[in-house]
Parts: sequence; C-alpha cells; structure tokens
Amino acid sequence: MSSATTTVSAAVSETATAKVEIRSVHKNFGPLHVLRGIDLDVRAGEVTVVLGPSGSGKSTLLRTINHLEKVDSGTVSVDGTLVGYRRSGNRLYELRERDILKQRTRIGFVFQNFHLFPHLTVLENIVEAPVSALKRPRKEAEAAARKLLDRVGLADKAEAYPKQLSGGQQQRVAIARALALEPGLLLFDEPTSALDPELVGEVLDVIKDLAASGTTMIVVTHEIGFAREVADTVVFMDEGRIVEQGPPAEVLDSPRHERTRAFLSKVL
Amino acid sequence: MTTPLATLVKTDSTAPPAEPPPRVVPTRRAGQWVTAAVVLVLLGLGLLSVVRNKAFQWDVVAQYFTSASVLRGLGLTLWLTALVMALGFLLGTLLAVFRLSANPVLRAVSWGYVWFFRSTPILVQLLFWFNIGALYPTVLGVHTVNLLGPVAVAVIGLTLHEAAYAAEVVRGGILSVDRGQIEAAQSLGLGRLRRLTRIVLPQAMRAIVPPAGNMLIGTLKGTSIVSVIAVQDLLYSTQLIYHRTYEVIPLLLVATLWYVAVTSVLSLGQHYVERYYARGTGGAR
Repeated sequence: MSSATTTVSAAVSETATAKVEIRSVHKNFGPLHVLRGIDLDVRAGEVTVVLGPSGSGKSTLLRTINHLEKVDSGTVSVDGTLVGYRRSGNRLYELRERDILKQRTRIGFVFQNFHLFPHLTVLENIVEAPVSALKRPRKEAEAAARKLLDRVGLADKAEAYPKQLSGGQQQRVAIARALALEPGLLLFDEPTSALDPELVGEVLDVIKDLAASGTTMIVVTHEIGFAREVADTVVFMDEGRIVEQGPPAEVLDSPRHERTRAFLSKVL
Repeated sequence: MTTPLATLVKTDSTAPPAEPPPRVVPTRRAGQWVTAAVVLVLLGLGLLSVVRNKAFQWDVVAQYFTSASVLRGLGLTLWLTALVMALGFLLGTLLAVFRLSANPVLRAVSWGYVWFFRSTPILVQLLFWFNIGALYPTVLGVHTVNLLGPVAVAVIGLTLHEAAYAAEVVRGGILSVDRGQIEAAQSLGLGRLRRLTRIVLPQAMRAIVPPAGNMLIGTLKGTSIVSVIAVQDLLYSTQLIYHRTYEVIPLLLVATLWYVAVTSVLSLGQHYVERYYARGTGGAR
C-alpha cells in the first residue's frame, strides 16, 4: 500500500490548489436553521478537518462549497471566485447551470456512500467526467484513469463493476473518479462512515497521501486520529455554528469550549 | 463400499467411530400425486375434445395459417406494433422529463396530456382521428382525408395513446434511481442531457423494462382494434376471409395462434433485455 500511495502525491502535486473563503453563510431546511452564520478560511494546500455531532451542519456546509446545496445568504468562494453566483452591487445572481457545472469540475467531491455509477465499469466511472465535461479524448482519459487506479492500488479492477468491489475499494475508486478532473480542491463527506471498520484504514491511507501532496482538502469525518495526524486546522461545529477552530493540538488536546470537550470525551 | 469411508473417518478424527449422521427424509405428500393425476386427466380430456371436435376445422386452420393475406396482415401488425412502441416511448420519455422538470408549465402540460389520453377509450380516440376531416377539412391547403389514410390514423391514434402510458412507466423508472446518482453526476460537472442519457435512464431501465414488456405485448394485441377503421392487420385479414367463406372459428384460431406465437417470442426477448440492464447489480463475478 505504501508504495502505491506515495505515487498519488506525485500525480496530484502538479495541479494548482485553491483557497476557500466562506462568509456568514446561512441555510434553512424549512423551519430548521442548519447553518447559522459560518465564516471559514481554508488556505491553499491546507487540510481542514471538520468535526461535530450529527445534525451540526457540517455535511451541509461541505455541500454548499460546490453548490450542491444553495445558501440562503452569505458567500462561498473558491480561489477568489464566487461559487454558484455572480455578484452585482449588493445582489447575488445565481449562475446558469452550465457555468455552475464548469465550476464543479475544479472541485472534487467524495460522498459517504460513494455514489459510483453501478451500471458502468470502474474505468468508465472514472473516464466519464473527463470525457464528457472536459472533452478529453477517450484514449487519453483512459490512460490517465488507469494511472489513477494504479495509484489507489486497484489497477486490476478497471473492468469490474462497482458492486463487485468491497466498500473500501469502491471508495478508493470514487476518490480516483474525483481526482480524474484534477481539481484544486477536494471535499470529503464522511468518506469512511459507510465502511466496515477493517476497511477504514485503506481509504484513510489514500486520503493521507493526497493531503501530503498539497491539494487543498476539507474533510468531514468522525475519525479523530486521522484529524490529529493529517489536519492543519480542525474545525468543531455544533448546531449550525463553528464553536472553535485551530491546530489539532489545540482543539483536540486542550479545547477552550465546554461543548468541544464534551464531544471529544464521548468520541475518544 | 463402507470400508473406505470407515477408515477415512478413523484417520481423520480422534473421536471413536461414531454412527453416521442422521439422514433427512422430506415429508411424503401423497395428496400431491392425486391432485396432479386429476389435473392431468382433465387437461387430457379437454385436449381430446379440441382435437376430435370437427367444428374446430383444423384442416382449414392449416390451409390459411400461412396464406399470403394472413402473412401480410401479420406483417402489418408487427411493424405497426414496433412503430407505435418506438414513437410512443420516445414521446413518453419526453413527457416524463417534462413532468419531472422544474418548469411548472411543462409539468402541467405533461400531466394534462397523460390525464386526457388515459381518460378516453382508445376506440373513441381512433374514431376521432378517423373522422378528423370533419373538424379540420383541410390542413395547409391539403384535404385531410387525402393526407391521413387509415394506416396513418392508426399510427397517430395508437402512438398518442401509448405515449400517455409510456410517460408514467418512464417517470416511475426515473424516480427509482437513487438521488445520490444525480448528485454525483452534478458534482462531476456532467450536463443535464448527459446525466439523463448516461446516468439516469440506463439505471431507470431496470424498472422500465418489465412494465414496458407488458405494454409491448398489450400493444401487439391492442393493434387489433384498428380493424374497426379497416386497416388490414392480422385480425382484419382473417375477418376478410371468413366474411367470404363463413369459416369463422378456424380463421379466428389462425389469428389466435399467431398472436400466441409472437407474444411467446417477445416474452423470451424481454428476459434477455432484463438480463442486459441488470448488469453491474449482481455480486462477485
């Protein structure tokens, strides 16, 4: 595994990395106020891990960053460009879908439940976006996809269908699929929560290696050990707000807020 | 025969030679045999009466089964079914996409279409199209009667009716696809049409094929309704013969046997189509 993962960084290090700025983002689901004014800065090349109890709004926040979730107010920008909107004066005009889709090709998203396309082979899953969204020649995209597969340790699974793989293998394919667009920002939404405990490690290894490569990453997770090891910044969220943030040593080992302490005492 | 087994047991286990494990004996079902015998006898008697009853006139059935006019009628029934299914599902898919679109006008139009064409009997719709000339005597300066022959009326009438049902089948199929699939496609930057044709519809096919197979078989038989507007399909061509010869029963049998034969082939085809769209859903290879 280690020899496979070290080469992932080599593949990704060439791509430009993006910074993320989130300003006073609010989001309601009906009467539920899930995001209550989020401000967050993620510097280019840094890894931010978002922790918090279920329902704290961390997944929703992540989904606003690539406009899978529309904000009710506030702004999200990636590399200085607003995501999903165009600003004119004090108004935000939602972009046309075509432009939003173009923005999304710069942002990789990895889902909790993988969401691989079950009717397509592993290779077809990875090649789909480069070919149809970026108009890459299929031959070229396939060669790149095989390299990515090799680097997540699944070179022999190119022709398999997702259902024939273990959960850990599926998530590694999903990561390769996100990487195929060479995004400057990678978002992970609880990437190991749907996995059997013994399969968590292989996925975390791949993500760790990506972190070392210098791609900007925001990871929503419950894996405290992973946060300690990989994060530049740990963000703790509760009830739609960021309670505290800082280096892992600070937030995880000497949290300032009672709420953070209570949460950590339960999960550690 | 028992010796090698016994030695095997001895060498393999340290336990003393135990008696062999108890054998399982399923319940004896004497009643099953009696029921089966009664059913088979009744079936045999029925079959015998069909063969012996001269009124079936099997010789006449054989005489007309492959006659030129019957085969021409069969040909029309087949291509009419194929055309109506293809056009009906094309229009039905469009209607389903309209119905699921964000545009309230398109949603309402689609809903209204399905409501209207499912609310009226196909026979009435056909007769309406047949008499469309009474409503619109000319279209773009051409006499409607010359423009729309009975066959064209049959294609239009059946297709519009078929599309209403196809729309609901396709809509159900699209709704059966996991929402996460669409989000994944969006997050990868796939455009709307590509998402539909490459991601959603192929997965929707698993839910679409069984009811579509039902509709295909229904349509094949349903095309026989065009005999009321004098289109020479399979049924009407046999009717033309028995109006001349009065051999009603044997000619209806000719039509029946052809419908059964084609339907059987279609059912077999459905099995293979289903297997194709189930790819990637099984377990390990």
